[in-house]
Order: sequence, then C-alpha cells, then structure tokens
Amino acid sequence: MNHHATPVATYQDYLLHLADNAVILGQRNAEWCGHGPVLEEDLALANNSLDLIGQARLLYQHVASVRKDGRSSEDQLAYFRDVPDFKNYTLLELPHSTALAPTSSGDRDYAVTIARNFLYSALMVLVWDTLKASSDAQLAAIAAKSLKETQYHLRHARDWMVRLGDGTDVSHAKMQAALDHLMPYTQEFWASSAMETAAVKTGMGADTQQLQATWNAMVDDAVTAATLKRPSSAGFVSTGKLGVHSEHLGFVLAEMQSLARAHPEAVW
Amino acid sequence: MNTPALKDWPLWEVFVRSKQGLEHKHCGSLHASDAPHALQMARDVYTRRQEGVSIWVVPSNNITASAPDDKDAMFDPAADKIYRHPTFYDIPEEVGHM
Repeated sequence: MNHHATPVATYQDYLLHLADNAVILGQRNAEWCGHGPVLEEDLALANNSLDLIGQARLLYQHVASVRKDGRSSEDQLAYFRDVPDFKNYTLLELPHSTALAPTSSGDRDYAVTIARNFLYSALMVLVWDTLKASSDAQLAAIAAKSLKETQYHLRHARDWMVRLGDGTDVSHAKMQAALDHLMPYTQEFWASSAMETAAVKTGMGADTQQLQATWNAMVDDAVTAATLKRPSSAGFVSTGKLGVHSEHLGFVLAEMQSLARAHPEAVW
Repeated sequence: MNTPALKDWPLWEVFVRSKQGLEHKHCGSLHASDAPHALQMARDVYTRRQEGVSIWVVPSNNITASAPDDKDAMFDPAADKIYRHPTFYDIPEEVGHM
C-alpha cells in the first residue's frame, strides 16, 4: 500500500473508510444474531447488519473497479486486509459493553448497542444525504440507497434510546452509562484527515465538520426525550480511521476473516 | 412514558398489505409495549422479504372472535345454500373479470 497521500490512494482511502465503517459495525451487530433480548430485536439487529454489510459490499466493489489491478475484489478487501489497513472509526469496533475488557459474550449490553447505533446512524443519515450529490456518480447512487436504510437504523436506535432512558431506573442507568462510555469516541467524526480533506476538495466526499451542528441538535433532542444527560465528549481522540485502532479490532477481524482465510477463493 | 416490563408486553395482531393486494391480510402476532413499538417490530419481523407496503397492528384483546363451539350453529346452515353463489348465471363477456 502506498503511504504517500497521492490523489488516487486518498480517493480509495475515503471509499474504504466508508466501507470499513459499514462492515465492522455490521459484524459487531451480527453478534446479537441468536442472542437478542427478544426475538423481534434479534431480527431487527440482523436486518441492520445485512443492510450494513450490503453497503460495504457496494463500496468494496466500487474500490475494486476503480483499482482495476486484477487482484482487488470485495472479498479480498474485506477478508485479506489486516488491522492497520482498516479505516473504520474506533467507535464501531468496540465490544457491546461498557467495561473495557469484557470477559464473556454474556457481558453484552444492549444499551451500548443502541447508543452506538444511534450516534453512528445520526451521522450517516447526514453523510449519505450529502453524498447523494457526490461528484462520484457511483458513490452518489450507493448513498441514495444507503440513506433509506440508515434512516430506519436511526429511527430504531433513537426509539430504543428513548424507551430505555425513559424506562425503569435500571434501564435509565444502563443507557446513561452507555452514552457516557461512547460519546468521547464521536470526536473522531470531526477530526480532520488527509483522505477526507482531499475527498471534500474534489466534491466526492462529505465534510463532516459542516454536519456537526445538525448532528449535535439530533443528539440533544434524543437525549432530552430520553431524560438522559448529554455527557462530555472530551478526552482521547480515537484514530481508527487513520488505521490506528483499539485492541478490539483484531478480535473482530479474526472472527470475520477466519472462514475466508481457511478456504481462500471458496465459492458458494 | 410508562412502558410495561418485558413480561407484561401485550399481544398484537399484525396485518400486512402486499404490493399486489388491496386488503391487509393477517400474518401473525407479536408482543410489544405500545402501538408504535408494535409497528416497528412488525416491520422487522414480517416485511423482511418485501412482503408489504403497509402494516396494521391491532391489540389482540380488541378482537372479538366467534367461539369454536358455535361453529355448527354459525356456519353449517350456509353449507347447503349453493344458490347463494352466483354460479347459475351466464355472465356477458363484455363484463370481463368479476
């Protein structure tokens, strides 16, 4: 991989950033499959994951078609890259837990799942809406399709955030703890990066800093409706989109990539 | 909001109208805390395969059903009244599909 910020590499990096976001959150949310708190939520989260993995597929296919190197494919990009190659937000690779190092899958906390889906979907509704006017026609088409899916993800997550926040004492406390835990990771949404600056300059990418005020209003509105307190987002600014990740991404990739790596080039 | 706990979620009947259909058809039931919640869950459970373009949810306890024991008195008397089916008329061709 070319580590100099040449225009071509940056263009692809931005597409990979969008794709990696979708595939990693899709993989995380799929962990609830068969373990949802109720059957309906089990299905809702699986639906959400399939939407996200579908978005990732379109974006990876687009990168492969731009590269035209005869080697890149959606599977190669998803299954045969390693941690430093992934450009997803750190927020999306964290376990479904407020504890930093959960000891078992039983530690999964639905409030964390909901808070993350809310914070990310609120951003992506704005990003996809902007990208509908991208100078990259293929990306604009992917954005139009993804926007509809993300609008539902946002509705689902916001609805549950309000229900849990404005629910019992226990659900309120869990929802607040989840928000407190995740909010600092949203700083990465607005941190500038070479790939985003270049993508915005060419009219191909979305300038998240332009979207921040609207996102803040969406968060304030939902937090108030949920009777929660908006926590400070101050602190360490995570750097996942630059390829510098938390310790959790390696475990996510190990599970996600093991089958494809055990049986390279296997087909259905 | 006063959401009942999980074990107290009432039962809802779900009706879905398909792209081709004019009427909503009963397709199942689910537990949910209130009407918007039931609608959202119905979307995730019953329309994943493009089954629908519209959903109704109805609290199950709002449905008044005929009793199974009344079946004979309610429905058997109609069994031998074949003249109630409009099958004894020649329908002019220009009427088309009825």
